[in-house]
Amino acid sequence: MEYIVIVISAIFVSNIIFAQFLGVCPFLGVSKKISTAVGMGGAVVFVMTLATLVTYLIQVYVLDVFSLQYLQTIVFILVIASLVQMVEIILKKMSPPLYQALGIFLPLITTNCAVLGVAIMVITKEFVLGEALVFAVSTAIGFTLALVIFAGIREQLDLMGVPKGMRGIPIALVVAGILSLAFMGFANLV
Amino acid sequence: MNQWTNFTKGFIKENPVLVLLLGMCPTLGVTTSAINGIGMGLATTFVLIMSNVIISLIKNFIPSSVRIPAFIVVIASFVTVVDLSMKAYIPDLHAQLGLFIPLIVVNCIVLGRAEAFASKNNVFSSFIDGLSMGLGFTFALGLLGSIREILGGGAIFNQKFIPAEMDGILVFVLAPGAFIALGYLIALVNSFKKK
Repeated sequence: MEYIVIVISAIFVSNIIFAQFLGVCPFLGVSKKISTAVGMGGAVVFVMTLATLVTYLIQVYVLDVFSLQYLQTIVFILVIASLVQMVEIILKKMSPPLYQALGIFLPLITTNCAVLGVAIMVITKEFVLGEALVFAVSTAIGFTLALVIFAGIREQLDLMGVPKGMRGIPIALVVAGILSLAFMGFANLV
Repeated sequence: MNQWTNFTKGFIKENPVLVLLLGMCPTLGVTTSAINGIGMGLATTFVLIMSNVIISLIKNFIPSSVRIPAFIVVIASFVTVVDLSMKAYIPDLHAQLGLFIPLIVVNCIVLGRAEAFASKNNVFSSFIDGLSMGLGFTFALGLLGSIREILGGGAIFNQKFIPAEMDGILVFVLAPGAFIALGYLIALVNSFKKK
């Protein structure tokens, strides 16, 4: 039951993008086509789960044991940066088309605040390992969901007559605002 | 480039938020009030200046293949300094900004300036660049924070100017308002730039 609550709240109620504003850069950057949005979402699901697992273990078995909590930010970001590098190398080998599609954005997962944000959040919320992993996976699914919905709308938006000054990012932000309003409908669900 | 243009570019011409569109997460996340926006902006400014200075000092000793991890370590150290000092001296603001303080480390602006400017220029120019970009960021966050506070709460810097029993347009303090207000602000800047 607890796990279901975590899943619902991470995907809908406090959606990482629409309610917590983490990972907005890739959200605006890779959301021009549904196919790239799905690829990016997949990469984030993988990286976020792996990163949360590794950083959680480091926090519990290294930082807490030697009372080095103040090194948290430095250690976490380094671990995440090396993980992303690894995913990049694997993806290059296994799926060249996907690698080409994501191109510049894979290194940007390093500076995707969502990944580091979730790693820190599971520590502050004092989750046990199982909860932490469920939380990471569902947050990443929430991210992908937001990204894909948004990409679908932006594909349509290209065909619309938008006033000159609003073209591009401004109208995209307004659309994101309206989507966020829609996601507020899920408040009080859990 | 003379130092004055270097200093002024961050405010409008190359404003990190409104023109370069970097650092969107803290921009949207902390600007529920003017004070929060400015506090976040100043914390980021400190990190920007210090990391720019240190990176321009050590740029010749870092092999270019490992420069990004090296930059990240420098940035993360200063973020930790800011995090711990804010926790000690201004715990209220620290609690308000919460997660976004450690997340300065993944703010694209900081790494972006390290890579694009500090790793190629001397210490003094890098210092000015950090100051300029940081204040530009603070300016944008303060502006967005003020707009949201005025529309959403009918207040500015916590001073309410509408009758006490009235509410503002609540949606501007909530998440959707952040996206919408920033969208219109960027559109406004775009139309000014065209003229």
